[in-house]
Amino acid sequence: MTAIDNSRDALNATAGGVAASNGAPTRPSGLAGIPLLAPDAAKQTKKEFTSDQEVRWCPGCGDYAILAAVQSFLPELGLKRENITFVSGIGCSSRFPYYLDTYGMHSIHGRAPSIATGLATSRPDQNVWVVTGDGDALSIGGNHLIHALRRNVNMTILLFNNEIYGLTKGQYSPTSRVGQVTKSTPMGSVDQPFNPVSLALGAEATFVARTTDTDRKHLTGILQAAAEHRGTSLVEIYQNCPIFNDGAFDLIKDRTQQEARLVHLLDGEPVQVGPEDDRKTLVRMPGGGLEFVPAASAEGADVVVHDAGADDPSQAFALSRLDSPEMTHVPMGIFRSVSRPTYDDGVRAQVEAAVTTAGGPATDDDLAALLRGRDTWTVA
Amino acid sequence: MSSKTVQKLDRVVIRFAGDSGDGMQLTGDRFTSETAAMGNDLSTLPNFPAEIRAPQGTLPGVSSFQLHFADHEVLTPGDAPDVLVAMNPAALMANLADVPRGATIIINTDEFTKRALAKVGYAENPVDDGTLESFHVHPVPLTSITVEALAAFDGLTRKEKERAKNMFALGLLSWMYTRPTAGTEAFLAKKFGAHPEILEANLTALKAGWNYGETTEDFASSYEIAPAVMPPGTYRNITGNTALAHGLVAAAHQAKLPLVLGSYPITPASDILHALSALKRHNITTMQAEDEIAGIGIALGASFGGAIGVTTTSGPGVALKSEMIGLAVSLELPLIIVDVQRGGPSTGLPTKTEQSDLLQAMFGRNGESPVPIIAPSTPADCFDAAFEAVRIATAYRTPVFLLSDGYLANGSEPWAVPEVADLPDLQVEFASEPNGVDDKGEPVFHPFLRDPETLARPWAIPGTPGLEHRIGGIEKADVTGNISYDPDNHDKMTRLRAAKVAGIAGIPDLAVEDPSGDARVLILGWGSTQGPIAAAVRAVRNAGHSVASAHLRNLNPFPANLGEVLRSYDRVVVPEMNLGQLSMLLRAEFLVDVRPHTSVRGLPFSTVDLADVILTHLEELK
Ligand SMILES: Cc1ncc(C[n+]2csc(CCOP(=O)(O)OP(=O)(O)O)c2C)c(N)n1
Ligand code: SF4
Ligand SMILES: [Mg+2]
Repeated sequence: MTAIDNSRDALNATAGGVAASNGAPTRPSGLAGIPLLAPDAAKQTKKEFTSDQEVRWCPGCGDYAILAAVQSFLPELGLKRENITFVSGIGCSSRFPYYLDTYGMHSIHGRAPSIATGLATSRPDQNVWVVTGDGDALSIGGNHLIHALRRNVNMTILLFNNEIYGLTKGQYSPTSRVGQVTKSTPMGSVDQPFNPVSLALGAEATFVARTTDTDRKHLTGILQAAAEHRGTSLVEIYQNCPIFNDGAFDLIKDRTQQEARLVHLLDGEPVQVGPEDDRKTLVRMPGGGLEFVPAASAEGADVVVHDAGADDPSQAFALSRLDSPEMTHVPMGIFRSVSRPTYDDGVRAQVEAAVTTAGGPATDDDLAALLRGRDTWTVA
Repeated sequence: MSSKTVQKLDRVVIRFAGDSGDGMQLTGDRFTSETAAMGNDLSTLPNFPAEIRAPQGTLPGVSSFQLHFADHEVLTPGDAPDVLVAMNPAALMANLADVPRGATIIINTDEFTKRALAKVGYAENPVDDGTLESFHVHPVPLTSITVEALAAFDGLTRKEKERAKNMFALGLLSWMYTRPTAGTEAFLAKKFGAHPEILEANLTALKAGWNYGETTEDFASSYEIAPAVMPPGTYRNITGNTALAHGLVAAAHQAKLPLVLGSYPITPASDILHALSALKRHNITTMQAEDEIAGIGIALGASFGGAIGVTTTSGPGVALKSEMIGLAVSLELPLIIVDVQRGGPSTGLPTKTEQSDLLQAMFGRNGESPVPIIAPSTPADCFDAAFEAVRIATAYRTPVFLLSDGYLANGSEPWAVPEVADLPDLQVEFASEPNGVDDKGEPVFHPFLRDPETLARPWAIPGTPGLEHRIGGIEKADVTGNISYDPDNHDKMTRLRAAKVAGIAGIPDLAVEDPSGDARVLILGWGSTQGPIAAAVRAVRNAGHSVASAHLRNLNPFPANLGEVLRSYDRVVVPEMNLGQLSMLLRAEFLVDVRPHTSVRGLPFSTVDLADVILTHLEELK
């Protein structure tokens, strides 16, 4: 019989906390409690994380790039493959777990966060990932997503946002733009979309980031930070669906326009956009609103300095509101990363405390006492 | 010593009825505990409104608690009360129709004011207009005597003093039926330990009630009900919900696995969530989810991780969980779904009982989606049924439905507490090794390679090296578990899943009780109707007739001999608290023309009514 080894000895051989870059106190790591590969073990390869299943996305789908990035990144975690689980919902994106040689579950539409919550809470030795789409996470699964975020269960949610329902062949989604013509909106959508980052921040998320399928380096960096964060990390990944919503993110992928539009959020740095010779800085206007002004004229103004670790999510929220359908300015990177006790740690601590206070795991006698209750009588 | 006479009785049915705020459930609970301590066999029926505080003094606000206790085996909470305690006019009006002529009615006359009478439409006071002529009425100014008895309690308001009137009533009834009050005193000490004055007041009211019985001439005698003859053992009184929670805990203990409950509150299932939440000490993890879907998702995720995943709910919650139950069928993972049935459809009757989710449990999912179903038959049986559900779920890697209902959930009876040493071992093995080879002869793990005997697939939990695998709700290829859209494979997998559930072993044959051996009519019930059916059958037999009876506990799969049993009687009558759901299954499966007898009044069958139904069938066959 294989026992679940949650013993102290087993847990000792796990990752500890990570020091925040700004020298702040050490934060508990999202990987703490998960057994590590032996120090002398051979370095894992991308191939080891690749399953034998044929990948079945359409040619050119952004999901390929994300898969390749994740397969290459997983060896960096230094975890044993058996201690990694991917749970997904339904959608093109949710086929993801089949292609990784880890434990995985392809579940039902929108519900992956709940399944992952059950697994992460009962198995602290598992590194749990959720893969979901904009429809899966924000439409049918919206309720589970916001509750996972507020609970702060230790897991990483990768939200592939292609602003369309891919698997069902091209209906508009909760992130599709007003006016978008799709199969179910031939005259254009009249539905107001969600901004996933704003939504996550409003739902008390402790880690919120955005990246894109095509920027491997940025994506990998975000994956690393998300995995190390203890709590629910939400990563929105802009993903192109060449079949039903091709070019949705072209404005920020096009090299000639990219620089003028992408706002790279760097912790502790002023928020800026644009090429060297046309740099703009984000400042807080007298009315409280944020506006980009030429870098030179920002002197003396109330410059917005990014602070992902701020307790108050207001500024991160304000940054998420820089988004517009025209994609004039699109923030990328980590909007928020704060430490807050996680739900799963709390739940386990209560069970552990109850067991410890009672003098250790329940014996047959303890069970017998429970069954008898307080009020028994004997018939001879 | 009391100077009054003591009469011996063999059985009594008492109903406490009052306003929701009068504490009738507590009074009933305490009287039950005192009665259990006396060694009587008993059965209880709480009946309360869905609203927490329905308007005071109105019919919808009436809450009652009925208790049947005897010196012999008790099968039901009793059809008709021998004693009704009516704390206000609404309680009298709501319950009078159930009280047989000649019965005793204790009335709190203080509450029978003009206004209160008018509120429920009594033009005259029934206490003195002759309405109650054929009853044995004890008018007692319960409220004012209680307040008087508490005159010395300066720190309490009149309202607070009035609130102790239920303890006065309990004291009076305890005297009438010679129940010991020590247990109640200890209970009060615990409950009001932090409020010494309120504790003292309640104890004083209890004592005052007792003394009132002993000293007032209105009560000429008290009664004694000898202990019932029960098999030797250690007993406690237990409700269905508590028994069910304990059954799950015991099963997890015997399986040496953690138990994880994902649940969303709903009447009448919430008490199981409450009970398990208080049992963390037994390595029980409970999570209150954002909705019922997340509740079962949490349970399924935990099962995937090697725990016993449990979700508890009632009918409306099952409706939401359907898709996830289908996923569990497809993934072939253990999962326990507890459905404490209540009146439906929709919100229906949240606090009343019904057996109308049988077909939902059986078929309420898309696709061919077989799920084993177990239905406990008494409150105490909820323990064994829960234990059995875990055995089947873990051994066969399947979701299992546990169909309790509101009557079992809140009703209680004495339970012979089992010895832990006698509980079966439920340990199952997780997969730990590859179980096949690939084309190149390398060892591989096949998540859907089945055990030839049980057809169960391996339970390979994350954390096991070398067994990394992916499972999902898309059809899987036999053996390898890879995605497969192959027509023959789907046909095969569908039949395998069905065969696995149909072939569950260890389900006992249906036992038929036919004392005379020549019965032509079989009464077949399932779930919580066992008590009323047994009582009715007993009455019919005592009247000199032959009738056979049997009770189903396993509804999927059925016991192997069920068809044979059905065919050996000229007539099979199936009483159920729905419009004939089991009858439909039996007719479809066995082509036997079973006769449904149905009722959906939110209440258990009355023994007298059922006995009449049986007699009518016997008559027709003459
Ligand atoms: C209960 C349920 N409703 C509807 C569907 C159909 N369905 C499957 S995927 C999907 C939308 C997927 O969109 P998204 O989450 O954005 O994923 P994508 O395919 O774009 O990656 C829908 C509506 C389903 N599988 N289950
Ligand atoms: S439909 Fe779009 S999202 Fe789905 S696989 Fe094809 S390209 Fe990718
Ligand atoms: Mg999508």
